[in-house]
Amino acid sequence: MRSPIIEVNDVWVRIDGQTILEGVNLAIYPNEFYAIIGPNGGGKTTLLRVILGLIRPTRGEVRIMGGTPAEMRGRLGYVPQFRTYDFQYPITVMEMVLSGRLGHVDGIIKRYGREDVMLAERAMETMGIADLANREIRALSGGEQQRAIIARALVGEPNALLLDEPTVYVDAPTELQFFEILNRLRRTMAIVLVTHDIGAISTHVTRVACLNRRLYTHDTSEITEDLLEAAYHCPVDLIAHGIPHRVLRNHEWEE
Amino acid sequence: MSILAVLGYEFFQNALIAGVLTSVACGIVGTYVVVRRMVFISGGISHAAFGGIGIGYYLGIDPILSAVGFTVAVALGVGTLQIRARQQMDTLIGAVWAAGMALGILLVYATPGFAPDLFSYLFGNILLVPASDLWLMAILVAVIVAFVALLYHDLMAVTFDPEYATIMNLPVGRLSLLLLALVALTVVMLIRVVGIILVIALLTLPAAISRMYTSRLKSMMMSAILLGIGFTLAGIWLSYILDIPSGATIVLVGSSAYAVAVGAQQVRERR
Repeated sequence: MRSPIIEVNDVWVRIDGQTILEGVNLAIYPNEFYAIIGPNGGGKTTLLRVILGLIRPTRGEVRIMGGTPAEMRGRLGYVPQFRTYDFQYPITVMEMVLSGRLGHVDGIIKRYGREDVMLAERAMETMGIADLANREIRALSGGEQQRAIIARALVGEPNALLLDEPTVYVDAPTELQFFEILNRLRRTMAIVLVTHDIGAISTHVTRVACLNRRLYTHDTSEITEDLLEAAYHCPVDLIAHGIPHRVLRNHEWEE
Repeated sequence: MSILAVLGYEFFQNALIAGVLTSVACGIVGTYVVVRRMVFISGGISHAAFGGIGIGYYLGIDPILSAVGFTVAVALGVGTLQIRARQQMDTLIGAVWAAGMALGILLVYATPGFAPDLFSYLFGNILLVPASDLWLMAILVAVIVAFVALLYHDLMAVTFDPEYATIMNLPVGRLSLLLLALVALTVVMLIRVVGIILVIALLTLPAAISRMYTSRLKSMMMSAILLGIGFTLAGIWLSYILDIPSGATIVLVGSSAYAVAVGAQQVRERR
């Protein structure tokens, strides 16, 4: 068995007396397409930020390829939530994607080399935005901006790609295409996708977990009713694809 | 006397050189101030600079020199608190803003004798810039240009997306502090030209107008520099022929240009 890229061991996060994450255990292996679903405020973004070393867990630890997040986060690509960006910043797609190489360029005074430019071009090609290289990001559509953010994450040749709600601004046909791209990327890296949108879980996903303060894991890629109920603390209507029919159960609102 | 004849005077040449030097600093640093939305913190730093002027009066040294040290220290202090303490930033800036001014007033009051050119520190007078100050300005501009040229990519990454810069293990805290220190240096340079109270205009207006017509950080800096030079020269010329205060005139020229640019943008977007 190969060793995991990301290991989350009994991680607890308490912020201002509120428990955000409770005893979360998670291991992500190479070439996995791991989807974590859960309600808004369930701790999905917090979990990603703990993995990236942006939040220190109250208890427990995260290991990335055997090291601490601060040492090893250069091996991860991160696609933050779309809304948090200032798209008015005067920066071209090429400049933005290249900036993802900064963590890999040595020296105090950083200059991009031929290899950096080559990797940036390849990442833009992968995301289908090569022709937009010299466009300003504020002139792009929402979907194109999202692709540019992902290209920036890819340019560091990561071992795992973490995506936070990546499909919010992507329409349905593009979404299929988008999952095709992620599935292709899975050959060289693990994909970790968190979302509140159960419909966003594609058939390419190899494992699913539900997060609502605690992480409810499952061996397969199916979203089961039990899994969702455990996470959402109430019966959930399943109308997503990958599930043969609408699973609906009478339930009382006594939560 | 015609404007050409005036050009022969040393004080006028000094004013032009000072205008160009400050425009270079403003164009570069102001670009970061605008894209990183640091306008309010820059206002706080510039007003706090009056404390440094007061120290100069009290100790009997060149007030601009003491303002350099004091203002950089204030900028670094506020920046550190911003990173470390979980203070509400706008409140903190407001406190520093007022405290710096108050300190300056008390120190000037405590200094025996009359403070002759105090007014020019508050409202600026580019026509009174001594040759010795030009050297200091030139050095400050060189420092600013050097830092920005060497750390261009890093500063871009940090001002565009500080969180991603953190993940890439760039020294985000130190680079943010450096940026604030550069703001402080620029502010001190501007004191001679437009005065403490009007500094924020020359720091932000050229960059803000430039932002509307450029798509890259570098070109935004370049055109902000040219706009700044245009505003200062037009302001100096107007203030000379109308015999009105230079600092306020420069600021009103810049503000008018900004109003026109915003109006033009509104018209463009409505089409």
